[in-house]
Parts: sequence; C-alpha cells; structure tokens
Amino acid sequence: MNMVEHVPILEAKNLEVKRGGTILLNIPSLSIGKGEILALIGPNGAGKTTFLQTLSYLLQPFQGEIFFRGKKVETHISVLEYRRKLAMVFQDPLLFDTTVFNNVASGLKIRGMKKKEMEARVIEQLDRFGMSHLSHRSAKTLSGGEAQRASLARAFAIQPEILLLDEPFASLDPPTRESLIEDLEPILYRTRTTAIFATHDRLEALSFSDRIAVMNNGMIQQIGSPEEVMNHPIDEFVASFVGVETILTGKVIKKNAGTFFASIEGQEIEAAGDAHLGETVFLCIRPENVTLSTQFHREATSARNVFTGRILKIAPLGPYQKVQLGCGFPLVAYVTNHSLEELSLTEGKEVRASFKATAIHVVRKGESWKGF
Amino acid sequence: MDLILEGIKKAFWLLITLDPEVMEITFLSLQISGTATLISLLIGVSTGTLIALSMFPGKKIVASLVNTGMGLPPVVVGLFVTIFLWRNGPLGFLGILYTPTAMILAQAVIATPIVMGITLAAIQHLPQKLRLQILALGATRFQMVWILVKEAKLPLLAGVMAGFGGVISEVGASIMVGGNIKGYSRVLTTATVMETSRGNFDIAIALGIILLVLAFSINFIITQIQQRERPR
Repeated sequence: MNMVEHVPILEAKNLEVKRGGTILLNIPSLSIGKGEILALIGPNGAGKTTFLQTLSYLLQPFQGEIFFRGKKVETHISVLEYRRKLAMVFQDPLLFDTTVFNNVASGLKIRGMKKKEMEARVIEQLDRFGMSHLSHRSAKTLSGGEAQRASLARAFAIQPEILLLDEPFASLDPPTRESLIEDLEPILYRTRTTAIFATHDRLEALSFSDRIAVMNNGMIQQIGSPEEVMNHPIDEFVASFVGVETILTGKVIKKNAGTFFASIEGQEIEAAGDAHLGETVFLCIRPENVTLSTQFHREATSARNVFTGRILKIAPLGPYQKVQLGCGFPLVAYVTNHSLEELSLTEGKEVRASFKATAIHVVRKGESWKGF
Repeated sequence: MDLILEGIKKAFWLLITLDPEVMEITFLSLQISGTATLISLLIGVSTGTLIALSMFPGKKIVASLVNTGMGLPPVVVGLFVTIFLWRNGPLGFLGILYTPTAMILAQAVIATPIVMGITLAAIQHLPQKLRLQILALGATRFQMVWILVKEAKLPLLAGVMAGFGGVISEVGASIMVGGNIKGYSRVLTTATVMETSRGNFDIAIALGIILLVLAFSINFIITQIQQRERPR
C-alpha cells in the first residue's frame, strides 16, 4: 500500500445520474490516488455499473464534475482525450469478429498507432496473458476464459492510466476465474495501473483492493480499507452485505506446523494453512462452524479457537437463529431454536464461542506480488 | 412434354453458344440491378445505421415503416415512378422515362428499404455494450459507427444480396418504367415475359435458367453467411 501516491489521478464531485425521476447514482465526492485499486462491491442494481460508466463518460447525461489529474474533463481536457487515458473491461468479452491479434490491437489502431510499434505492444500483451499461441485464431473460436483474457490484453495494450473493470470474472466458471485472477493480480501491481473494479464477490474484492467501497441504491455506503469495511461495518446494510460470514483481517504473528496465528483486534486466532509472518490475511468463518456454549470452565475440545463474548443481537433466520457476538471482534453464529432455548441465549448474555482452525477459510492478500 | 424437352434442349444450346442476344440481356440486367443495388447500399446502410444508433421519439414507427418498405409491391413502385417521370410529372423534365436510368431509379426504390431494414436489424442485433466497449477503447463517434458497420458486415452483405435478388427478379416496375425496348431496356425478366407470350419457349427457358442460377447463387451465399457463428 506504500505504492499508492496520494495525488488524486481521478476525482469525482457531486456525480448524479437520474432517469425518469429515480436517482440511479449519487456520489458527492470520491478521489482515487495513482496506483490505487478500488473495489466497488454491492448487490445487483446497487449502481456499480452506472458508476463505472459515468466515470468513463459512457453514460450521459449526468450531473457533476470529473477531474483527471486535477484537470476538469470537458473544460480542460476533452472527453475523447480523457477517455483515451482509460480502458474498460466488461462482464462480456465483447470481442470483434476478427483474429485475437487484431482484437488486442484494436485500441491502438483507433489511436492511429504505427504498425511496428503496435505489433510490439500486442505481442507483449499476448505474451503477458499467455495467449501468444492463439494470436491468429479467430476470436469466435475462443473459450470464455480465453476471450476474457483477450479482452484484458486489449485493455492493457493501450497502457491505460486508469483501468475500469465491470465484473470481468462474473460469467466465468470458478477454476477459470481463479487462474485469470492469479494472472491479473501481478500484472496490475507490476504495471501500477490505477484500477476500479466492480464485483459482487467479497473475496475477490479482498484479495485485490487497497480500498473497498460498498454501494447500495446508487450511493457509497462505506469506503475504506478492507480491514475497516470488514471489521467495522458502518451500518446494517454494509454489515449484512459483507457479513454473511464473518470476515476478519489480521496480521500473521506466529507460525506452527500447518497452522498460523493471526492477531485480530488484540486477540489471536489460529488458522490452518500457510502464510508469511507479517502478512495481512483475511479469515472467513462461516456462522454454521461457530459453536456456542455457556460452560465457562475450560473443557477439552479440538477447537483451537475459544473466545468469550457477549451476544449483541439474535435474529431468526429460517430454521436457525442468527446470533451476533462481540468478542473484541464481530462474530456470527447460527444456532438452532432448540439450542437457543436449551442454553437460554438472550441478547446481552455472555457466552463462549469456539471454532476449529480448519474451519477458517484463509484469503491471502496479493501482498507477495507487490515486491515486483 | 415435347414442348418442354425441345425448349430445354434449345435453351442449353443458346447458353452454351453464348447467344449474343441472351448475353446482352443478361449483362444489361446485371448492370441495371447492380447499379440500383449499389445506390441502395449507400442510402440503405447509412440511413439504417443512423436510425439504429439514434434515439428519437417515433423510432419504432420509423422502423415499422422501413420494414413495410421491405415488402413494397414492385408494380406500385413502377406506377409512382412512372407518374413522377411522366412528361407532365414532377420529374418529367428529366426525360428519362423508358430508359435504363428510370429502371435503375425504380429498382433502387425497391431495394433501398430492403437494405435499410436489414441494416437496422443487423446493427440493433449487435450487443448493446459493444458500442460502449468501442467508445471505451477511445474511438471517436465516427470510428465507433465504422467499427459497428464492420462488425455487422455479414448480415449487411446478406442485406445487399437480398436487395439484389429482389430487383433482378422483379418484372413489374421494369416493364412499366423501362418499356422492354430491344437492345436498350430489355432485361431478363421483361424478356422472359415477352418471349413466353410469343411462344418462344426456348429463349424464355434459357433466360429463366439464368435467373434461377442467379437466384440460387444469391440464396446460397446468404445461407452460408447466416449459418456462421458470432464471436462471444
């Protein structure tokens, strides 16, 4: 994160998009530093696409002002000039009916680049995205993952100053998505491209971004570091959106054989897996894996993590009860109605919560790549 | 039966020996219909693209008018072109009635809505976001339109073929505004009508075969185009 310079490359002020009386987007102010990666998360219809399209002047008309490196778009630089600093990748690859090579070259051709220079750039990108062997194939014959790769290569070929990604992995199957993300991450960091990417996948947002903006109803509900947003959701909506499962952020402080300890809000959680010392990790704990108990003398248990906490809220959720706990960090547990009665759980009561080290899904941030 | 067999035999003879009259009629047909198609291509593709890409009230009505125009009865076109070009008509001063130029005009009027309608559908059929993607790649408006037309080139080609197929096999308007003058404005269809009415089945069949071959080739190409897949 030390690579993020705090000179805003992009600033938006009082953005508002209205269609037929409904406000689709309302962003009083947002600024993005050079090299920063901002994730926009939110449910479908939250305004993520509208926001990206407004930022790229693809959705007009709108109210408000956009500044690129302090220069006001339309006044100090033209829309075309500004748009040529950006690249956008959509959910669908939207390739042209020609070869992969020509597709990757298309942005450069539009800019009237000389053939030799263009060829070198295209070859570089094809190589970077592992597509050199597909160069002369027709775009029609590509698989979904290959097509999206070509689309990303096309965007990177123009060496954009800002990259806008609108759920670029949403229509790919999980293995394809993972391999594409694995390739994209180091490229983003290495090229230090400023990026804004929309997703409804929280884990995708975590592994990628410097900041997360949670959107709903065309507005940014909360914006901050992944730690802030995940550990301290500002309101009910953000909490419910980011908190289907508990996601905690911490630094790795100790390592054991096969497990490591992460420090979260002053407490230690042991998780199975591997991570470097000092690395920031995200620990995802599913509510069904959290066991509650009212026995406070320490009985033998295989659960490596036992915490004492207070019940903040109990809400019915289908056949279960959703119990929100505060144990120095937020934790959510599901219990059956039967257990709720047997343990006579009520809001404000103190309980012990436990979960196994193996029940934690560990998401590692792209930290290791930043060294490039 | 004899009549048909004899006719077919003689027709093939006329074709194999490249009978000058048959050849002349064929070339004139290709020339007139080709020119008319070219005109319809220029007007149809540009206007069709414009309608497809712009948003205005009544767009649906315009689109249905264009689609109705795709089925314009040639005789009605012939009637109105004749009236316009008639000595006392609004365009009578041009003095082009009963000339190949008048035939080109009438055929262009028939083919233009066909090309326009297919262009409209082809451009609208492209993914909505493709336009945004092209602009996001830094294209000017003009570059965007040009890339879209190129993306729709296959259906557009089919549109051109359909337009050409429509006018080369059309007879009503051609006879009305061209007059079927020997060696001047006589084309495949008008000649077929005349030779048949005279009982010259051999030459009529020969002309018919040429028309069929042309129609078949056009439809074959259109089918090939339509069977192709679109990229993702």
